[in-house]
Amino acid sequence: MVSRAAWVYIVLVALITAVLVFAVQQATGFFYAGHVLNPWVALASLQALFLLCDSVKSPATSRQTVWSPSSAATLAAVVLLGPVAAALVGATSLLSLRRQPASDGDPARRRRLRMAERLFNGAMHALSGLAAGEAYHLLRGPIGEPHQSEFEHLALAFAAAAVVHVLANHTLVWGVNRLNRSTGSARPEGRESSLLLLLTSDLGYACLGLVIASLWQIMGWFATVIVLVPLFVARWAMGQFAEQQRAYSATMNALCQAVETKDYYTRGHGDRVSKGAVMIARQIGMSSDRTDAISFAGMLHDVGKLGVPTQVLQKTGPLTEDEFATIQLHPMRGLEIVKEIGFLFEALNGILHHHERIDGRGYPLGLAGHEIPEFARVIAVADAFDSMTSTRSYREAKSREEAVVELRRGAGTQFDPLLVEAFIAALGQDGWDLPRAAARPPDLTTVTAQDHDDPTAPLQVIIP
Amino acid sequence: MTGGTLAESGRRSQYRMAYWQNMDSGRLLLVGAAAMLAVAAFAAAAVTPIPDRKHALETALTFGGFIAFGELLRLRLPGGREAAPIAMVGAMSYALLLWLPGQPPLATNPPLVISVAAIGMAVGALPHIAAGRPAGLTGMCTRLVAVSCVAFIFRQLAPSLAHAHWELAFAVMVLLVAFGWLADAVVTALIRADDVGARFSVAMVDEMRLQWPLGLAVGASVLITVFGARVMGSTELLIFIGPLLVTQVAFRRYAAIRETYLQTVRSLAGVTEVAGYVEAGHSLRVSWLAVAVGRRLGMPEPELLALEYAALMHDIGQLSLRDPIPSGATVLVAPQDQEQIAKLGADVIRQAGVLDDVANLVRRQAWPAHGHDPAPPLGSMIIRAANAFDDMVGSSTDRDRSAAALDRLRLQPTEYDAEVVAVLADVAGRRVPSRL
Repeated sequence: MVSRAAWVYIVLVALITAVLVFAVQQATGFFYAGHVLNPWVALASLQALFLLCDSVKSPATSRQTVWSPSSAATLAAVVLLGPVAAALVGATSLLSLRRQPASDGDPARRRRLRMAERLFNGAMHALSGLAAGEAYHLLRGPIGEPHQSEFEHLALAFAAAAVVHVLANHTLVWGVNRLNRSTGSARPEGRESSLLLLLTSDLGYACLGLVIASLWQIMGWFATVIVLVPLFVARWAMGQFAEQQRAYSATMNALCQAVETKDYYTRGHGDRVSKGAVMIARQIGMSSDRTDAISFAGMLHDVGKLGVPTQVLQKTGPLTEDEFATIQLHPMRGLEIVKEIGFLFEALNGILHHHERIDGRGYPLGLAGHEIPEFARVIAVADAFDSMTSTRSYREAKSREEAVVELRRGAGTQFDPLLVEAFIAALGQDGWDLPRAAARPPDLTTVTAQDHDDPTAPLQVIIP
Repeated sequence: MTGGTLAESGRRSQYRMAYWQNMDSGRLLLVGAAAMLAVAAFAAAAVTPIPDRKHALETALTFGGFIAFGELLRLRLPGGREAAPIAMVGAMSYALLLWLPGQPPLATNPPLVISVAAIGMAVGALPHIAAGRPAGLTGMCTRLVAVSCVAFIFRQLAPSLAHAHWELAFAVMVLLVAFGWLADAVVTALIRADDVGARFSVAMVDEMRLQWPLGLAVGASVLITVFGARVMGSTELLIFIGPLLVTQVAFRRYAAIRETYLQTVRSLAGVTEVAGYVEAGHSLRVSWLAVAVGRRLGMPEPELLALEYAALMHDIGQLSLRDPIPSGATVLVAPQDQEQIAKLGADVIRQAGVLDDVANLVRRQAWPAHGHDPAPPLGSMIIRAANAFDDMVGSSTDRDRSAAALDRLRLQPTEYDAEVVAVLADVAGRRVPSRL
């Protein structure tokens, strides 16, 4: 939803844009007296190009991959026709047929743009087009079909226009996001690690505007058609990337579940720990690349448990030292399994050290405090919380509140206190899906008798 | 995973081997041809008089730099292919360059084009060599051959196009770019068929299917560059690098995620080994054998990828068993247990929702090759044979043991398909166990 402050902002931007465009139009007319043969045809085809690029949905994981080539049409208009035309090209965004992903992020369910979004997009693109056009004009960029003799002038002015366009665009979007966010409806996403990528790709697409403008005197509107080809190929590749990424995490999920079928009570544990780790990561403002990595690390953190013999997992009494040692080895075994995967190094660290304790009494290496990698400290909190709120063969599930109390009790000795507080804050905002109450396990599966993750019931070891 | 469903056994008559399958030293031939081409081009360029030397030199330097930059930014496509789209755009548009502003239409000069392309590529390859990466000689030679073909044909046409309508020139250039792309694909497919033991026709189709999106982008970029240069001069190339880079980044990410995907399945398929269900390295060896056999039987690449995934995960159903089978050898357990493991494994894979063809392969691996209704797909028969072979031989490199295992497979012609076993025998003979 759109907050009241954001509405005011949007209407204000729209009004200012309208007034400015009108004023400039009164002063200069619709087009500069350039050398474009049919200015209205040119305007219409650039608008069509803009609308097409703006209407095609961006590939699903738009968080890291960006496809925003519509700026090419605006900037082509800046060169060929002048600021007012550029604003008119940008304003076509009002009519965009794009569908937004639903708020729950499900790529299958898309909705039409809301009125406020249309109004804002149209005004924003028009205003940035106008600003870019004025910047270009101010630096005496020649308006009309470009010629090589004026190239140096043109290139400089165009570069400035492109930068102004990108800046105006991002500033306006940043403003509306900020106002909208303060109502608390949308939580801040992970910090954008790919801001550089975003800017580079924006400027890369902007270059196409100059290409269209150059080709115009030879092929007219056909220039927009041929420029579309590489654009759509890039989009295709991004779509393939998104599709592969989805397939990848689905496969990963399925395989993790397969690993967990071995043990009835811990089903879904990896998935929930992964979610918890991501909650903490978002809360402390981790970059999106690292958030993705910690999600995988959380999912796979116990994969090494497969190497622990079933009879050890099923044993009810105290463990012998050897048996305890095999349990302590499971992070190492997990690392062994996943180390070939092209993960971030940090994810591997998270898996290896997720049973270290802040006071240095954990395993496998007995690291303490900030020697323990951040990923491992995050996973440890989510891991313990999920273990406590799940049913075990020797006890019922604890309530969320009891588990929070236990986490606080362990803060500073077992857990990183900052991360515990971050997790509790995130719990308040996102909630937590408690695992389904486990019914009597069917015969095929085995049951963990003692949970090595449970901080309230540490494993008992026979001391000889 | 894209691509068709698995060929049912009825289609198998077409999986017969062709005589050129074992074509040797194709790579050597290509490199030799390219080297001779380059030397001849240097010589010819040295003696051919060039009108307007100053401008020609300037253009050659610009395009040479562009080509070198493109070689620097090579791209690994899925399946281990190397492409250099930006270098290709530079070389092709130099070959088709007809107009520059303020100059009469250029006299196209194929030797000069080939020389500049060769030097540009070599310069661009140097940093790769310095960084210890492969020089990518084959790819460069392929590109050079394709560019030379286009340059020579275009010289015949250029004089009549120089003053024609832009539409005509455009259409001719579209055809030439397509031709160049095709030449590139043919040479690449020949080399690949030679390298991995695939059939040429299959390799060609694989090549074209994989390369067309990038080829389309390269082709359109060439046309934009050639016509843009008519207005802006060769400095326009600099502007055009921006959008090309965006395309390149998109492809790079795509290829990277495919690689990670495969690595992840490889690693996670190894959990059966850590859990003590199967011998160490079993999944990897079976997948290596299965892919080699499938390729020789003419399976196209999307099917091979499904086969690789299925072979890696063929034992994943064992995770649902309470106790490990002794040394994990499914070949020794009763047929109904094999069936059960295959079914459990397929259920696991089907949960992913995106790997249904893989799940089907895993599900049907327990079916005997002949006499089962419906008949198992070729991929399942391959996995069945490769799995049985590896269960009996393991990581051993003893030739007698391997021969005995193959004999045992041959004695059960209803269980294991005779043609699959014949190819398996061939593949297993030349297997390289050091890596596995």
